[in-house]
Amino acid sequence: MITAGIDMGSRSIKVVLLEEIKVDGAPQLKYAVKKAHVMLPGEMDADEAAEKAYDEALKAAGVTRDDIKAVFVTGAGRSQVKFATEGVTEMTAGARGANYMFPQVRTVVDVGAEEGRGVKVDADGKAIDFAGNEKCAAGAGSFAEAMSRALQMSLKEFGEASLRSDKTIPMNAQCTVFAESEVVSLIHASTPSQDIAKAVLDAVASRICAMVRRVGIEESVALIGGMAHSVGFVASLKKALDVQDVLLPEMPESISALGCALIAAERQQ
Amino acid sequence: MIANYGYKDGSGEYYISIDTDNCIDCAAGRACLTACPKEMFEIITDDYDDEVACVKKNFTRTLAFDCADCKPAGGYTTLPCISACTPGAIKHSW
Ligand code: SF4
Ligand code: SF4
Repeated sequence: MITAGIDMGSRSIKVVLLEEIKVDGAPQLKYAVKKAHVMLPGEMDADEAAEKAYDEALKAAGVTRDDIKAVFVTGAGRSQVKFATEGVTEMTAGARGANYMFPQVRTVVDVGAEEGRGVKVDADGKAIDFAGNEKCAAGAGSFAEAMSRALQMSLKEFGEASLRSDKTIPMNAQCTVFAESEVVSLIHASTPSQDIAKAVLDAVASRICAMVRRVGIEESVALIGGMAHSVGFVASLKKALDVQDVLLPEMPESISALGCALIAAERQQ
Repeated sequence: MIANYGYKDGSGEYYISIDTDNCIDCAAGRACLTACPKEMFEIITDDYDDEVACVKKNFTRTLAFDCADCKPAGGYTTLPCISACTPGAIKHSW
């Protein structure tokens, strides 16, 4: 059986196709990710973009729509995907995906382009407590990306630069607009770029940490979403959460899509 | 599940949390829906097919402002939503 999970993010679409395989002699079923994700710019019509991403994933995996038993969708734009069998929230999808990658995980931190959230997960991968920040984009990836652009760096370079800084420059603004003006002031004051990068990533981590504290920080902690690619952000988050380690899955931006595909498979049984 | 709706901004942390396990067999007859003068709560079907209360999306960015009438300056003792929800599912962070 193959199922599909689609994460309709605000900036990209992630598709995961999951094939269920029975392992000889093993009592339980195992799953194999048949094909990873396809990312598209989010400027076209959401349903059309999802169709395109889905078709590309099917093609890359060498299967057709008829081979897919169910398509579950998550993400901010999930209601716009007309061909999906069912929708699930980002909390449920992220929790299940992270639990599949790391069964010991009890706290999932999900930081994407426009949103960040903390989710508490039980041993079965069920979300039992969650908190996001509905108001503040300064606690998400797009803010860090905008700030990296201001320094003419990619987000990856921005993260690497922050690791070269040993300064702690507090950023007090809670709102993106004011935070941006704080960064502009730092640039005008000729603050080294690595110190600015660290200040920005520390600020994002601190905002995320405030949300995660609402649900309670219980180890192990996993970070999913695109910001998991930023080594500097991971370091800042680890420090802000005051935990020994933050687990990073492969393809962190596709973990919610993976969770969707897993839930789809489980609901077919 | 405990669902926290709201935000933190420069002025404080404003979250309404709902312990939705209480909503499944609500012993208060969904009293939250009518108790809130702003009609901020609604019933949704969650990911596990349970019918639970949530805060309507259009209020989640403005809770401090929306709840201000129930929380007059100088303090408050009871809130209509918390009093009506006898199972004790609703909590405010501020
Ligand atoms: S919030 Fe309280 S009153 Fe409303 S449905 Fe849940 S348990 Fe019932
Ligand atoms: S404090 Fe008042 S306005 Fe706010 S949720 Fe409760 S009843 Fe509604």
